Amino acid sequence: MEKSNEITMEKLLAELENLKAKTTQLENSAKKDQLSIAIISGDMDKIMAGMIISLAAAAMDTKVKLFFSFWGLAALRDPKKTVKGKNFVSKMFGCMLPKGYGKLKLSKHNMCGMGPMMMKNLMKKQHVLSLDEMFKEAAELGIEITACEMTMNLMGFKKEEFIDYPHFRIAGAATFVADAGESAMQWMI
Amino acid sequence: MTTEELKNLTVAKSVDARGTACPGPLLEAKKAIGTIQSGEILEVLSADEGTKNDLPKWCNKQGNEFLGMVEENGYYKLYLKKK
Repeated sequence: MEKSNEITMEKLLAELENLKAKTTQLENSAKKDQLSIAIISGDMDKIMAGMIISLAAAAMDTKVKLFFSFWGLAALRDPKKTVKGKNFVSKMFGCMLPKGYGKLKLSKHNMCGMGPMMMKNLMKKQHVLSLDEMFKEAAELGIEITACEMTMNLMGFKKEEFIDYPHFRIAGAATFVADAGESAMQWMI
Repeated sequence: MTTEELKNLTVAKSVDARGTACPGPLLEAKKAIGTIQSGEILEVLSADEGTKNDLPKWCNKQGNEFLGMVEENGYYKLYLKKK
């Protein structure tokens, strides 16, 4: 047998080190049991779908991170809060967009507000959680909500007018990209 | 497990999730599972048809053992054993 083919302790140890390094590398690149959703829509049905899936995921011990952007931001507004010092365009956005998840429209069959009213009644009848209850459950389960800073500036929303939510933060697109990058599931609604 | 065996199980805790639709029963199960010991049985009552499929999946993910279900008049009794 040639000397180079001999199995020595040094070779084995070196190979072991090599394998260890590779395993660590793999472990670090493995996707976390985490769900990241970018919620762009501000329609009642879409916010509901996002929240229901998030709650189911959180119940299954999956970490959930929601990134609210564009029209989705309107769902986070607190109807009881008002802020002063907005410019004309921001005020217009504030007037035109729904004030909170209780005031959202349906993406289809809105019928000037009749649709959402009927939907809410139907949900109550069928024992589906209301959006209000869903946000409370989400808070309890530790679901994180991030509001997109850029769209907040664009539409003139201030952090003072958003709902009181325990796991709330304001961040940019890079935060979502970083979160989504390590999540096993990344969606957009 | 047969229906008879399921009916004779000693249940450590029973949660009535009949008042909520999807994903309510899962949320109830998650809350209840924390209150029982490993190896104990949890009973979930649900009137939601989807729970029949969802709860076994939930158990699978959590490592708990899904034992089976009994269909009652208009609702289901589902049984699982905590890991």
